[in-house]
Amino acid sequence: MINRIASFGRSGIDLVISFGQAGRFLAGVLSGVPHPATGFPLLMKQLYSVGVLSLAIIVVSGLFIGMVLGLQGYTILSDFGSEAAIGQMIALTLVRELGPVVTALLFAGRAGSALTAEIGLMKATEQLSSMEMMGVDPLRRVIAPRLWAGFIAMPVLAIIFSMVGIWGGMLVGVEWLGVFEGSYWGNMQASVDFWDDVVNGVIKSVVFGFVCAWIAVYQGYDCVPTSAGISSATTKTVVYSSLAVLGLDFVLTAVMFGNF
Amino acid sequence: MTQRTTDITVGLFMLAGLAALLFLALQVSGLSPKSAKSTYTIYADFNDTGGITPRGRVSMAGVTVGTIDSISLNKETFQARVAMSIHGDVDNIPADSAAVIRTSGLLGEQYIDISIGGEMDSLKEGDTFYSTQSAMNIERLISNFASGK
Amino acid sequence: MGLSSYISLKDVVFSRSGRRIFNGVSVDIPRGKITAIMGPSGSGKTTLLRLVGGQLRPDSGSIMVDGHPISELRRKELYKFREKMGMLFQSGALFTDLSVYENVAFPMRVHTKLPEDMIHDIVLMKLEAVGLRGARKLMPSELSGGMGRRVALARSIALDPELIMYDEPFAGQDPIGMGVLVKLIRDLNSSMGLTSVLVSHDVKESLSICHYACIIADGKVIGTGTPAELQDHPSEQVQQFLNGHPDGPVPFHYPSSAAAEDFGLSGGVS
Ligand SMILES: Nc1ncnc2c1ncn2[C@@H]1O[C@H](COP(=O)(O)OP(=O)(O)O)[C@@H](O)[C@H]1O
Ligand SMILES: [Mg+2]
Repeated sequence: MINRIASFGRSGIDLVISFGQAGRFLAGVLSGVPHPATGFPLLMKQLYSVGVLSLAIIVVSGLFIGMVLGLQGYTILSDFGSEAAIGQMIALTLVRELGPVVTALLFAGRAGSALTAEIGLMKATEQLSSMEMMGVDPLRRVIAPRLWAGFIAMPVLAIIFSMVGIWGGMLVGVEWLGVFEGSYWGNMQASVDFWDDVVNGVIKSVVFGFVCAWIAVYQGYDCVPTSAGISSATTKTVVYSSLAVLGLDFVLTAVMFGNF
Repeated sequence: MTQRTTDITVGLFMLAGLAALLFLALQVSGLSPKSAKSTYTIYADFNDTGGITPRGRVSMAGVTVGTIDSISLNKETFQARVAMSIHGDVDNIPADSAAVIRTSGLLGEQYIDISIGGEMDSLKEGDTFYSTQSAMNIERLISNFASGK
Repeated sequence: MGLSSYISLKDVVFSRSGRRIFNGVSVDIPRGKITAIMGPSGSGKTTLLRLVGGQLRPDSGSIMVDGHPISELRRKELYKFREKMGMLFQSGALFTDLSVYENVAFPMRVHTKLPEDMIHDIVLMKLEAVGLRGARKLMPSELSGGMGRRVALARSIALDPELIMYDEPFAGQDPIGMGVLVKLIRDLNSSMGLTSVLVSHDVKESLSICHYACIIADGKVIGTGTPAELQDHPSEQVQQFLNGHPDGPVPFHYPSSAAAEDFGLSGGVS
């Protein structure tokens, strides 16, 4: 019994320590403003691999999720004779919840895991060490552009996801099931508020972008530099990011839409 | 992949994000540059606000002319004080108009309808409706009916 | 050696994962000379270089490099200081997302504002020196281990450092590549007065080019001196290492419990 309490306490302390290390790591990455002439091209390259290359999966998933929402919404709402409210339902679910959350989950699987594996491999092949020995801080040169790229790309991806989803819902609702197009958009415009819904959704995805990118680069930088270590770090990135996104989403939703 | 192509692709990516945000603003949330124009605030005191909520609709003859800003309790009269902002171009609501809480459809959302009065003066910023009609409460209707009042 | 020593370690104690790797090591590395650090593998040669580079901090003892206490420098000073050092990693450690040319150009691009045509000339010069000018367009994944290490060498001398540390430069080199490297290390030292530290367990090659040598084993320095002095060194350990006898005071085995126990022959029931 005592042993169990002791080991529980130890893992609690370990948790606090790892949060401390991750925080110190973050401070090291963000300290110091990079020189624009060198920093900008590095950021562009990362925005390309983190953002542009994630676009395909985001667009396809957004389209299908919007279409499914259209089908399900129609089935449920037509029982009450209010299938015209389908636009409002699709838009609110996407803009407030599914857009930011699903984008973040896909991002963690597509871009986050790649970031972790890439940084982990750079560590295992001593590329980070040799950079240090050349007097170049890998935190700023390698990690910082990746962190910023994730942070910037996530909201952009989430906005595109929501837009494509709303359009996919229209394809199903209006083009296929015959909801009047005017009421699809009209109901939507009457119930969606730009600041309360759209902007709050964007704020959510900014938070998720920061957290997912932080977890991904930290797991890569902190991994045991072997193949087993890299593979477990990649798994951790996906698991921790998903849990963090879902947990934070609850907190943010309660704060933003809780009305208390 | 040269730096130039990377820059261009990333630029297009960011532009796509911006376009999507514009779409969400204009087409989805109906934020039009016009409605961002001036509004003025007027008040109404209700005995029972029923199910209206902030951001609800304020309409005249079925046309939306404003939104509900806030609902608070007036501690002196124990009535609910509702603040609503009305579009600036609807500046001729007669001063003796009434604010009525109505329900769209049988089970739909509740909104405030302004039923027009006949006076020449019109409501201005900070004015309060002279007469109001509270939410129709089905429960109360039924109990009134049952007790024969 | 006093003032003429470029690097000086005093009573350095260092442990890793609870295991003592250095137990009071003192070494002086003279300025402008080639010093070889030799020792069995796992004796901590790479660790020694990382201590000198400031990537690891000793538990106690002092490490002075060019008069600066390297383990007490602030982060920023340390990074500035490292611009004067070149280090050739055991694995080469080329940046896999950059071509050979860009790898060699990397330190110049970060630390200098040289115009592009000048960088071009220097890169080709350095690549020529290691015999790989023709490979400048290849990616690191297209190089063999030995070629990769030569490119890494070109990269570490790109900024003409004061100190260069080679970690096992001869491993995996064919006889010609080896000859090129030996000549290069010598030339770099004699023409530019580079202080060179050469880590290797290749006794013959190391002794043939170094001015001084130092043998570490068991967490201690067991012998130092010029190659000639070492050949006549009285210590049994030194003689065993130089001549490669498997039996002797230098342990070939990683520290362990008695073999009988591990093989389950100790008689007891486990
Ligand atoms: N990251 C590490 N964590 C724990 N122990 C290590 C680590 N790296 C090396 N060691 C230990 O340090 C000792 C010295 O290693 P090293 O300096 O690489 O030896 P070598 O002389 O072959 O270069 C070895 O016994 C090794 O077990
Ligand atoms: Mg080694």
